[in-house]
Amino acid sequence: MSYIKKPAARHPKLKVNSLGLTVRDYEGSMSTLCAGCGHDSVTAALIQTFFELDLEPHRLAKLSGIGCSSKTPTYFVSEAHGFNSVHGRMPSVAAGANAAHRDLLYVGISGDGDSLSIGLGQFCHAIRRNVNMLYVLENNGVYGLTKGQFSASADIGSTSKGGMANQQGPIDPVNTALSLGATFVARSFSGDKDQLVPILKAGLSHSGFAFVDVISPCVTFNDHQGSTKSYAHTRSHMHEVIETDFVPLRTEITTEYSEGSVQGVTMHDGSVVKLHKVADEYDPTDRRAVLDYLADVGSRGEIATGLLYLEEAGADMHGFENTVDGPLVEIPFADLCPGSKGLEEVQKEWW
Amino acid sequence: MVIGAGWMGARAFSPTAGPGISLMSEFIGLAYYAEIPCVFFNIQRTGPSTGMPTRTQQGDLMLCAYASHGDTKHIVLFPADPKECFEFSVQAFDLAERFQTPTFVVSDLDIGMNDWMIPRLEWDDSFVPDRGKILDADELEKIETFYRYLDLDGDHITARTLPGVHSKGSYFTRGSGHDKYGRYTEDSDAYVEVMDRLLAKVDSAADHVPAPEIFETDGGKSVGIVSVGGCHWAVLEARDALATEGIEIDYLRIRGFPFNQAVEQFLEDHSTVIVIEQNRDEQLKNLILLETSCAKEKLQSVRYYGGQPLSKGHVIEGVTPFLTREPAEVLQ
Repeated sequence: MSYIKKPAARHPKLKVNSLGLTVRDYEGSMSTLCAGCGHDSVTAALIQTFFELDLEPHRLAKLSGIGCSSKTPTYFVSEAHGFNSVHGRMPSVAAGANAAHRDLLYVGISGDGDSLSIGLGQFCHAIRRNVNMLYVLENNGVYGLTKGQFSASADIGSTSKGGMANQQGPIDPVNTALSLGATFVARSFSGDKDQLVPILKAGLSHSGFAFVDVISPCVTFNDHQGSTKSYAHTRSHMHEVIETDFVPLRTEITTEYSEGSVQGVTMHDGSVVKLHKVADEYDPTDRRAVLDYLADVGSRGEIATGLLYLEEAGADMHGFENTVDGPLVEIPFADLCPGSKGLEEVQKEWW
Repeated sequence: MVIGAGWMGARAFSPTAGPGISLMSEFIGLAYYAEIPCVFFNIQRTGPSTGMPTRTQQGDLMLCAYASHGDTKHIVLFPADPKECFEFSVQAFDLAERFQTPTFVVSDLDIGMNDWMIPRLEWDDSFVPDRGKILDADELEKIETFYRYLDLDGDHITARTLPGVHSKGSYFTRGSGHDKYGRYTEDSDAYVEVMDRLLAKVDSAADHVPAPEIFETDGGKSVGIVSVGGCHWAVLEARDALATEGIEIDYLRIRGFPFNQAVEQFLEDHSTVIVIEQNRDEQLKNLILLETSCAKEKLQSVRYYGGQPLSKGHVIEGVTPFLTREPAEVLQ
């Protein structure tokens, strides 16, 4: 498969954002995934998110591992810096990049094969470190690039295209993230852009690791009857727990909800995330209650979606490490090097 | 993390031992192919596997020279004591950024964990780091289109950009096949062109790695010793002992890979070259055979790999069969 650049043609009346860019300016090269792939819908949601947030393309770093999902960073924001790393180990590259330059926006795209098998350790430690990034796991329960083996997120009893039922218990990334102390945990569906876009926006504004598990069906290997990750199954079993509204910084809040059903969370950058509870008893800021609720919903075979848990006050990786305020890469050498006097001081310990 | 930070433009390194290099070899291949500066310190211990993790060895010479699958080759520096570890670390960062490639400092457990006496470390306050070819916002503003892997200067080194600096500097960093424009490719010619440039680039570092340290005698050019890293002090001690008996041997200590021209010259100048190293498989000797034009018949091997630091006794005992007369020292 070759690199296919998209033609630059655009409609003259296309809407522009505050940077004078159209949504086309946030696109990348042509997708080489199968027609109808959920991942392409996630890409489209990301493009809309970046456009609507007036993001400067070159201030975005987009990273991925290996797999169908990990191919997608080439399909959005061609003027962003991209990094296609090794299988399952994008989180460490993102952590290193973020350590060196904390002022860029980081988006990591991964899949269930990438994050939940070879990359499970990396995924867990990125959560523990609370690396400030948006981490999107495009979850289809199957290894698409290697032609349809069950992945670690496949549910017990879900069948392969050939009819074989999966027997091994799934690793639930949402449950894993919550258990490890993740500060932003969401689940959405590639077929529900209205839900996904505000979640992605909130994730980008979150100070810390924003985890979004997106059920993103594989049309070629896992979209049949008997699969619990198909379009039809996901649509019929989706259970929206929280409706998310994202209100960017300096925007008047206009949406109205009945009293008591809305929780507003002010993000680190000053924007506000409004969480509208569809289920009255649900509290997206109580980790233990969320885990209990999800276990209950999951036991009925339902898929709870929405911004499931949010905690904005915690320290991110730079907070834990007590690093300087600006990007490390911008510190001049003269300030970094303690020089001959510094070296002499250090050596006094050994005299 | 080192690779992510290197990609962003920070100088980053990871200190490890052989198992860490084995584990991270896939990443090292990525950094080689995507041309990301990074530095690794390998404090070698006794392998293979967990081996004797509290004992010393030089068993990772081959591993570091060619770490990762596919065709790869890396810059490697070999310090002989803690002072050189300090000095080479500075050079390693310069080399990594200049050549945009993984660079190893290969020490060993004897140097890394035992107590040493070294001259006081010094720092030259006029030092300016060599960041290599990095285009800043002004330079990017002036050019029409930036291509990451296009060799514009003919020196095999292409300019890089740092994320977040300028929209014109954006490119996609990938471990998959790419052409000189940085685009994904499966085209044979485009792939080979990049791979050939990478080989030429790393080979051209031979003139920039630390030159070998050479100890020459007046005793002719028949037998010479070649050694590396922490073997140095035992070799020096043995040479001194042999010299008191009138047996003088030339000695060259390799300090960098790819091998400097001075290494090739030393091999050419001596009819017998004894390679002294601390591993079973003659790794330095084999590296010399692979990477120089030296004839196999010329090279003799002295190895000690029991996990203790090399001693004068090991050296004298090892070189004796190749000397014209047996030293009295060896009989003691």
